[in-house]
Amino acid sequence: MVATAEKAPPGTTAVKRIGLGGGLLIALGAVAVLAFLSIALGSRSVTLQTVLDAFFDPTATSPDLTVIRDMRVPRTLLAIVVGTALGLGGTLLQGVARNPLADPGIMGINSGAALAIVGGIMLIGVQSAAGYVWFAFAGAGIATVLVYGLAATGRDGATPVKLALAGAAVTAVFGSVTSAIVLSNVDALNEMRFWQVGALSGRFMPVFWQLAPFLVIASLIALFAGRPLNTLALGDDVARALGQPVALTRTVLFALIAVLCGAATAAAGPIAFLGLMVPHLARFICGPDYRWILPYSALLGPVLLLACDIAGRVVVAPGELQVGVVIGVVGAPVFIALARFRRLVQL
Amino acid sequence: MTAKTLAPPRSFRAHRRRRARWGLALSAGLTASVAVVFVFSLSFGSVTVAPTDVILALIGAPAEKWHTFIVQDLRLPRAITAPLVGAALGASGAIFQRLLRNPLASPDFLGVSSGANVAVVAGFALWNLTGYQLSLAAILGGFATAAGIHLLAGRGGLSGHRFILVGIGVSALMASATSYLLARSTVSDAKAAMSWLIGSVGMAKQADIIVLAVALAVLLPASALLGRRLRVLELGDGTATALGASVRRDRAILILAAVILVALATAAAGPIAFVALMAGPISARLSGGAGESVFRAACAGAFLVQLSDLAAQHLLATPISTGVVTGFVGAPYIAWIIVRANRSGAA
Repeated sequence: MVATAEKAPPGTTAVKRIGLGGGLLIALGAVAVLAFLSIALGSRSVTLQTVLDAFFDPTATSPDLTVIRDMRVPRTLLAIVVGTALGLGGTLLQGVARNPLADPGIMGINSGAALAIVGGIMLIGVQSAAGYVWFAFAGAGIATVLVYGLAATGRDGATPVKLALAGAAVTAVFGSVTSAIVLSNVDALNEMRFWQVGALSGRFMPVFWQLAPFLVIASLIALFAGRPLNTLALGDDVARALGQPVALTRTVLFALIAVLCGAATAAAGPIAFLGLMVPHLARFICGPDYRWILPYSALLGPVLLLACDIAGRVVVAPGELQVGVVIGVVGAPVFIALARFRRLVQL
Repeated sequence: MTAKTLAPPRSFRAHRRRRARWGLALSAGLTASVAVVFVFSLSFGSVTVAPTDVILALIGAPAEKWHTFIVQDLRLPRAITAPLVGAALGASGAIFQRLLRNPLASPDFLGVSSGANVAVVAGFALWNLTGYQLSLAAILGGFATAAGIHLLAGRGGLSGHRFILVGIGVSALMASATSYLLARSTVSDAKAAMSWLIGSVGMAKQADIIVLAVALAVLLPASALLGRRLRVLELGDGTATALGASVRRDRAILILAAVILVALATAAAGPIAFVALMAGPISARLSGGAGESVFRAACAGAFLVQLSDLAAQHLLATPISTGVVTGFVGAPYIAWIIVRANRSGAA
């Protein structure tokens, strides 16, 4: 369990630091390229010139430009912030729970947020995203506390199996209550079944502006969590001996996870497996130091989400696969492979 | 001298006899209570028919002509589906839990139900299947998923945590496939499929009921007989093989029976949450010294679904789905089981 700590070098050498920094730049470039592709590709084919016009010529108007400005740009921006939030949320979760299979989707956090949002809209009548995002935070927070609390009490702490089972149980309960609420209203059902898959389409600029502040601020704070996560990785006893207020750190990090995952769910529906894959990819690139894992996760999250969103548009063109389905198809095998081939408790 | 050496076996045998007698009495008692609730569920409703009149109407000698219509035509299908579905779920849950040696291992979480779900929703929404065809689709879906999980979990994977984790991963994948199917179908199909996904014994068709009844009549005695061997299998693969059990064959037959039962119950009434999870432990708790038995688990499951369905029909002003009631009963039970398992260090 302390293997992580042994591998983590006390001070990364200068060469390595430059290499990792360069890697971050490459990842940033990948985000930019994918963002451009996400704007350019879709069921309506658009020329390069039109894309450039949409940005640099505010006076020009045409149907193509409308598609780009009103549909593809908000969708792409949402994919970037949601990807960052879910990537960071998954990393924080795996770090806090010290559990390689922790994922906001598997652990039921996203489904908690989904239930709270559906309840807020249907039972209390909240209309705007800025209103129901608070319900999402509350739902995500309650689910996090519930699942982690259930799994972590006891001698051997939150083992992957207990965490996954608790998450599956909570997801099942929340899911059935959500559909029971939704079933009472056909319009809501019609709306909800698209959102429930996890989709980026049909979200317009207002949604982005309402949710982006939460997502961006929480992501920025999360980027500074590297040091405490590194300490927590040593185990509670060592962390305490090193002067870390373990309970407080955990509480703050869980609150951060709830905000990240709740807002992401409010924006794009309950997306599973993204938060699982991103930290493993990042760890594969930069090793066990969370000060590097976090920025990498923040960039790899949008890379993965944008790639899956574009793939969903290209594969079944002119139709569209929701991004949640694509992520599920890509992510479930990763989860299974991790469960199957890795020695389980490694974090 | 001889009396002394003979005494322990005799008392041991007496103990076993006592245990067997207690087990038999318990099974009879459970069966009787299922029958009593069955009559009650036929007598309550918008018009109350006295229990004696119900029995008269059932055997074809009604006190009043309209009794036959109310009892046999209106209430009988639902009243008979509840115990059948419950028995199927209870038996298969008990088999899964004992084979995997984990109180949380139930078809709800392991992907078997979710595989059947996908198959039924796909058959319903894409190919307009009905009746027997849907039952067949559920069986195929359940099997394909169970086989896939078994393959993915790998050698010796049935015992232990890996099977459960892989099952949860597959289950999440199936859930996202289901929501995708919901999103791409028409609104009315989506509504029907979604209410089916919550699970209610009220919507079983006659074809489903007949198939389920036949399957139960064959598989319940078979698995109850094989279930006696479960005690050997519970000792672990190595010990069981050493004791002469043909581990692979017994396990394969039991799993086969369990999957068929779950799939058929799901085809008839939708995935009624957590009954498979709760029935086994409840019957084990009741049995005390008599040990666990698949038959008693089936009775407990039947009883549970009957009571839940009565509550679903009569507790609130408007009737709700059975699955919502069992979900609400099951959620705290899961919490309790995780906490308790943590205390004893298992799970």
